Amino acid sequence: MGAFGHYLSGHFATFRLEFWSLFVGGVANGFLYGMIAVGYTLVYGVLRLINFAHSEIFMSGGFAGYFVMKALIGNSVPSGAATIFLIVLGIVVGGTAGALVATLLERVAYRPLRRRNAPKLAYLISAIGASYFLFNLAGKEFGRYSISMPQPYINHPVFHVFGAGVQLYYVVIFVAGVVMLFALDRVVATTKLGRSIRAVAQDAETASLMGVNIDRTIALTFIVGGALGGAAGFLFGLGTGVVYTMGFVPALKAFTAAVLGGIGNLRGAMIGGLLLGVVESLSVVFVQAAYIDVVAFGILVAVLLFRPTGILGERLGRAA
Amino acid sequence: MRAFFRNPFVRRFSLCFLVVELVALMTGPPGSTQAPTAGFRGSFFEASSFYGLFRTQRWVVFFALAIIMFLVWSGWLNKGASIRSTATKALAVPRAVTQRRPVRWSLIGVALIVALLLPRIVNDAFWHSAMTEQIGVFVLLATGLNVVVGFAGLLDLGYVAFYAIGAYTTAWMTGSLPTPAPFHGHFDPFVAIPVAIVIVMVAGILLGAPTLRLRGDYLAIVTLGFGEIVTIFANNLYGITGGSQGSGPIPHPVLHIGPLHYVWSLKPVPYYYLLLVFLVIFLVAFSLLEHSRIGRAWTAIREDEVAAESVGINPLKYKVMAFAIGASTAGFAGVVTASQSNNVFPSSFTLQSSINILVLVIFGGMGSIFGVVVGAIIIQVAYSYLLHTPPQGYQSADLYMYLGALLVVMMIFRPSGLIPSRRRKREIVLSEAGEGHMDEVLTGDTP
Repeated sequence: MGAFGHYLSGHFATFRLEFWSLFVGGVANGFLYGMIAVGYTLVYGVLRLINFAHSEIFMSGGFAGYFVMKALIGNSVPSGAATIFLIVLGIVVGGTAGALVATLLERVAYRPLRRRNAPKLAYLISAIGASYFLFNLAGKEFGRYSISMPQPYINHPVFHVFGAGVQLYYVVIFVAGVVMLFALDRVVATTKLGRSIRAVAQDAETASLMGVNIDRTIALTFIVGGALGGAAGFLFGLGTGVVYTMGFVPALKAFTAAVLGGIGNLRGAMIGGLLLGVVESLSVVFVQAAYIDVVAFGILVAVLLFRPTGILGERLGRAA
Repeated sequence: MRAFFRNPFVRRFSLCFLVVELVALMTGPPGSTQAPTAGFRGSFFEASSFYGLFRTQRWVVFFALAIIMFLVWSGWLNKGASIRSTATKALAVPRAVTQRRPVRWSLIGVALIVALLLPRIVNDAFWHSAMTEQIGVFVLLATGLNVVVGFAGLLDLGYVAFYAIGAYTTAWMTGSLPTPAPFHGHFDPFVAIPVAIVIVMVAGILLGAPTLRLRGDYLAIVTLGFGEIVTIFANNLYGITGGSQGSGPIPHPVLHIGPLHYVWSLKPVPYYYLLLVFLVIFLVAFSLLEHSRIGRAWTAIREDEVAAESVGINPLKYKVMAFAIGASTAGFAGVVTASQSNNVFPSSFTLQSSINILVLVIFGGMGSIFGVVVGAIIIQVAYSYLLHTPPQGYQSADLYMYLGALLVVMMIFRPSGLIPSRRRKREIVLSEAGEGHMDEVLTGDTP
């Protein structure tokens, strides 16, 4: 025991000390992962495939938000109503950009293959190609360096949870995440669009016999998932800055979250996102920061091997 | 208004226009963080002379191209079928001739002689290093990945990890890493070849045995993550790999068999021949493998895993085998790269190169050894040419943009590749017609 026990007890002391501040950061990350993960899960529901290019939808939201912030924020940091307006505007613009890229993606990389009833391997390869094309195009047009986003507020702790300060940035993510995820949940559960998404996810052929327009539903699913992904891209960029490769790691983690919650399961993706965010954040105490991505990947492999249906199970096409 | 956009001619023309403008953007000048619109402005409104005939702006040139594309497309819709049948008829005789065995063997012989004489034919320092570092190594990697993607039908997005492991094994065996070499020896890279291949195959088995049970799309993500993890470890384990600083200098291999004595040096051409020898060995082995018991088992699993299992094929065993065999070429390529470039850096084993190798396989034709070699040569020559004489506005990272676009275009128009394997093409056609069970493993929609 000796040295190792000492090592562990030392780390546990840090763990106790840092728990709440890490927890808060983890929940914020978790909301972002959840918002990206629902995009994976929705598309998986209707098409039965993983949208490999979802990371670029996220990236486009980040860049769109960046350009709006850059255009509207001058030298002085806005406050009050202006801050709220800018954040909402950023989310809307990021979401619009994400939805736009998702639509284009569906039109160009998926629909021709769907028309031909192509094998799934072709979809995967086409999506990977689209992803590479998009982020390298962004790198070419917008430069290949990370840019920090002009801030619409002065970041400061708003309130405290067990002594841990909750930054304004986190509050923004909490509010935006809760509102959007709740709205999505209601849309899928109660509206006509949600019903057609669920119908296509359950059985596309029968749904089309019942008068559901499959092409339209798939396109709208991409738009909904893309809007949330794009909005998450803006929120992520607000804290971390934007760069053409920004989508890769968050999207890989969001995918892990989607699998963790059970792919195709909307609430599963949200819960999986939160869980992954918190676990990953707390693991900082035990592993070096450089290996954080390894933790998420380890969770992914473990879930796939031991419980491939996720925590809540795969539930395609049911009202979450 | 709606009727106007529904008009097939309008739709076709606007599609042509969009594609051409996208090409204009891709080939245009780059933008930057400070001037994010510079790329767009330069792509469309930059002055450009049309072969000196008249001066105009770029978008006019591309608009003209769109009209040409529209005309060609319309012409193809009218006459395409007859052109295609004429071409098939005209090509029937040469096709039949190349099918004959003696002709095939002599063609292979000619290709081999050309490959042997290539450094003499193209006597240029840049192309000497290009044909070793860019073309030779990547052809080798592509043939290896073809075993995994083409033969066994497994999408591996972390192939470059095996390449990295091979390179780091070389550095380790030659005593160039912070961690001491086995038995504190400083082995020759030649000794590292078998060791690297074995280690890489073991890594393939270790990664494959648990993960190859997974569905194909999950496997793609897991291998993608594996590739990233290997880079993260290489970057951060300072005490073992030297971190981002890379390894120490790696010695060049020395051949010493009886009277034969040769020392490799920084010159690329001797490495080109070394690669060529091993490439031929791997190509022969893989084409024998394709029609062996193992190769047929791969085909069976790829086409219908359930049926294959019911006739006594253990899918997991053969999938792991494909993984390990595919990895072995990457291990060897790693040895050559490490000793030729004298150093190993984590930054040379990025996800981008994994995708690059995947494009070579897809472009040439999954499962077709000949196709993959030809496809890899075409793409890598194009890449080297762009590196050698970059057109205005081209940055070397733009390559991946073109490769990504190429993947999408290939999947839409020619999913079986440039020179398709006949079996693979038939599988795709059958699957599109709703027959056969290909890909059920991938989607998990087992009946």
